[in-house]
Amino acid sequence: MSAISRSEVEHLARLARIDMSDEELDRMAGQLDAVLDAVAAVAKVATDDVPATSHPVPLTNVTRPDVVRPGLTAAEALAGAPAAEDGRFRVPMILGEEA
Amino acid sequence: MSVNELVQWDATRLADALRSGVVSSEEVTRAHLDRIDAVDGPTSGPNASGVHAFLHVDHEGALARARQIDADRAAGADLGPLAGIPVGVKDVLTTKGLPTTAGSRMLEGWVPPYDATVVRELHAAGLVVLGKTNMDEFAMGSTTEHSAYGVTRNPWDPTRIPGGSGGGSAAALAAFEAPLTIGSDTGGSIRQPAAVTGTVGVKPTYGAVSRYGLIALASSLDQAGPCARTVMDTALLHAVIAGHDPYDSTSLPDAVPDVVGAARQGATGDLAGVRIGVVRELSGEGYEPGVVARFEESLAEFRAAGAEVVELSLPNIVHALAAYYLILPSEASSNLAKFDGMRYGLRVVPEGGNVTAETVMRATRAAGFGDEAKRRIILGTYALSAGYYDAYYGSAQKVRTLVQRDFAAAFADVDVLVSPTAPTVAYELGEKLDDPLAMYAGDVATIPANLAGLPGMSLPAGLSDGLPVGLQILAPQRADDRLYRVGAALEARLVDKWGGPLLAKVPAWQGVSA
Repeated sequence: MSAISRSEVEHLARLARIDMSDEELDRMAGQLDAVLDAVAAVAKVATDDVPATSHPVPLTNVTRPDVVRPGLTAAEALAGAPAAEDGRFRVPMILGEEA
Repeated sequence: MSVNELVQWDATRLADALRSGVVSSEEVTRAHLDRIDAVDGPTSGPNASGVHAFLHVDHEGALARARQIDADRAAGADLGPLAGIPVGVKDVLTTKGLPTTAGSRMLEGWVPPYDATVVRELHAAGLVVLGKTNMDEFAMGSTTEHSAYGVTRNPWDPTRIPGGSGGGSAAALAAFEAPLTIGSDTGGSIRQPAAVTGTVGVKPTYGAVSRYGLIALASSLDQAGPCARTVMDTALLHAVIAGHDPYDSTSLPDAVPDVVGAARQGATGDLAGVRIGVVRELSGEGYEPGVVARFEESLAEFRAAGAEVVELSLPNIVHALAAYYLILPSEASSNLAKFDGMRYGLRVVPEGGNVTAETVMRATRAAGFGDEAKRRIILGTYALSAGYYDAYYGSAQKVRTLVQRDFAAAFADVDVLVSPTAPTVAYELGEKLDDPLAMYAGDVATIPANLAGLPGMSLPAGLSDGLPVGLQILAPQRADDRLYRVGAALEARLVDKWGGPLLAKVPAWQGVSA
């Protein structure tokens, strides 16, 4: 049985905001299925009594003094923007997408 | 001396020559820029035969910087040991005013407004940044074939991979284009390229080197580190870039271990009193005979150096690869979500239909990411989605605990662990391009250190069929100095046995004598 179907990959691509062609979906589904098949064994080793580790070197409450220091200027921050206007990022329409 | 002679000197020798005034930084820098011009390109078109270790070379900036260092030295300034020496920087680190792409179309033409902390440290120590080195896109890959800007070729054989993701940083060393380079290692991206190019690379303890300005792939695994042609040079560069950084909340507050002193101690070739563990699960089946043979010979050298070599088992390490290929895509899918075509980098506006932020994001990410990046984003999105989270990401995090426990138990018994760095020597370009699983399997020996946050080194152990084999040393967290002591001892004994460094055997590149 395959671990992941083509329609699932299509759904995931939509969630990840990546347009994919039919050819890409076909290829990706096959490759991801093989990868998932190979990594699925982790579920068998990971028993309930084992705690999860999210970070290799746990540090807690890391802070630095709350002092004002120079940061990027607006011009520097906008220098790499695909589009800018009036000192702001110019982005495509976000609201009213059905209009 | 000839230009070709200068590029063959290691950083330690260059540093001595610079200090004593035998050469200037301008001469050294110009020699390396000339070398880059001679061997690095072109990579596309009918004459695509260059090494292509660099994505961007800063001729003018490097020479200006070198002249400044020379002037400072003439004025009696107190300069660091590596002042005036050229260095290549993996294109995953931001460089103010120099293009930074992470090997992706997504960042084509992007010029960062700030320096990574590692780059700032290089400048502060007086090193001369030559340019940015090639890599698999966003550090995802083990071959540098997944760079959007073309492959890097292995200086030992131009038809073979230089390893990855930091193939550019390793190939630049092996092709004598730079004496020092910076890499980053998320699952072996410093160590595996070092292994297949006959160079030295160290992944420091997680948090030992700042990640500020290191374009994130998997934040709990990523670690920048030093690459060079000798263990001592690697230690000198390690000392420059390591240390606490208030701009990185995962940066270790601890003092940096004396890696240079450890390399000096190891260079005597004496390892009396050192206990070395051989990881049973990281050799044998799946490892090429030539790799195993060089590894066994290295073990004999360790014994001859007075070390005690014992075999031990880390049973859960066999699950590390699977856990890694769930944890990495999960973190990567989250980290790469910021590339949305809104604030910097590529923006693709789809033709026809309703142009909205969402359609622009989808078109931008479709055009901006390559196959391997897309595979891992989709895989991570899957592993993190409701209904699958516990079985995949959750289980992988538990395996991470088991791997850490195995290492803790092993290091209660031995000082360092050793294994081959990679199961094979450099394979042919294209060989595993359509079989991601086969490529992933090459990371089997390097990945466990990233899961556990351990420091690891790869250094040359000899040749198999004319291609370099790497030996990996792993140490407990915060004991990076042990890598240098044990590595320098092995290097001293092997170089003595070979009658010179392994890289003296690298074939001349395209008629340009090394």
